[in-house]
Amino acid sequence: MSVNPDLLREKLTAEIGAIHVDVEDTSPNRCAASFKVLVVSPQFEGKPLLQRHRMVNNCLAEELKEIHAFEQKTLTPEQWEKQKAQ
Amino acid sequence: MNSIVRTTARCLRSGAWQYRTAQTNGDLLTGRARLMCSSSAAQKTLEEMVKKDKVVVFIKGTPAQPMCGFSNAVVQILRMHGVDSYAAYNVLDDQDIRQGIKTFSNWPTIPQVFFNGEFVGGCDILLQMHQSGDLVEELQKLGIRSALLDQEKESK
Repeated sequence: MSVNPDLLREKLTAEIGAIHVDVEDTSPNRCAASFKVLVVSPQFEGKPLLQRHRMVNNCLAEELKEIHAFEQKTLTPEQWEKQKAQ
Repeated sequence: MNSIVRTTARCLRSGAWQYRTAQTNGDLLTGRARLMCSSSAAQKTLEEMVKKDKVVVFIKGTPAQPMCGFSNAVVQILRMHGVDSYAAYNVLDDQDIRQGIKTFSNWPTIPQVFFNGEFVGGCDILLQMHQSGDLVEELQKLGIRSALLDQEKESK
């Protein structure tokens, strides 16, 4: 089963209320299935980084078994707006 | 199945295996960890490993020669902050460690960073902590003064 970026996006939206998800397939740069995701969700509010990343990890637990390298950036809607404005 | 056979063989052979922890100044330190033949015992060993030093990282390769871009990022960030005394375990040397540490911290990837025995995160988190200034603060809590603080003073 090859991991599908759309599937990742769907799961993140459905399970952790992501309002925005960017999925970049970085596999061409690496030796195996690799992805980079940006997840924006109000559910990240008030949560430290590690907790946010664990939420994403739990959501994508099945897919991560097949993924070799995984980068993630987790932002609240407010942080995302700020970042976009920069 | 093969790994059980290998593990048993190692038990019979020496009862111990060596970790080479390389520090950024190039010196090699050898750490010994007793190999025990059950996975809960292996988890216990990992627990001891992460508590033994203030800063512990599990990476691919060594600080002198990282074998992966993300592991290298962790090494470089620590170097930037002048953290030169830390334990680095090369997961490529031992598949039991490579898998065991993922189970231990419930985290799917390498590198993994521990401060004071507590899991901090991987490369992404360390990088964000570095960019936000949180890393300087966390190091301070460990009693480590970040080199970046001194740099700031000099430039003023």
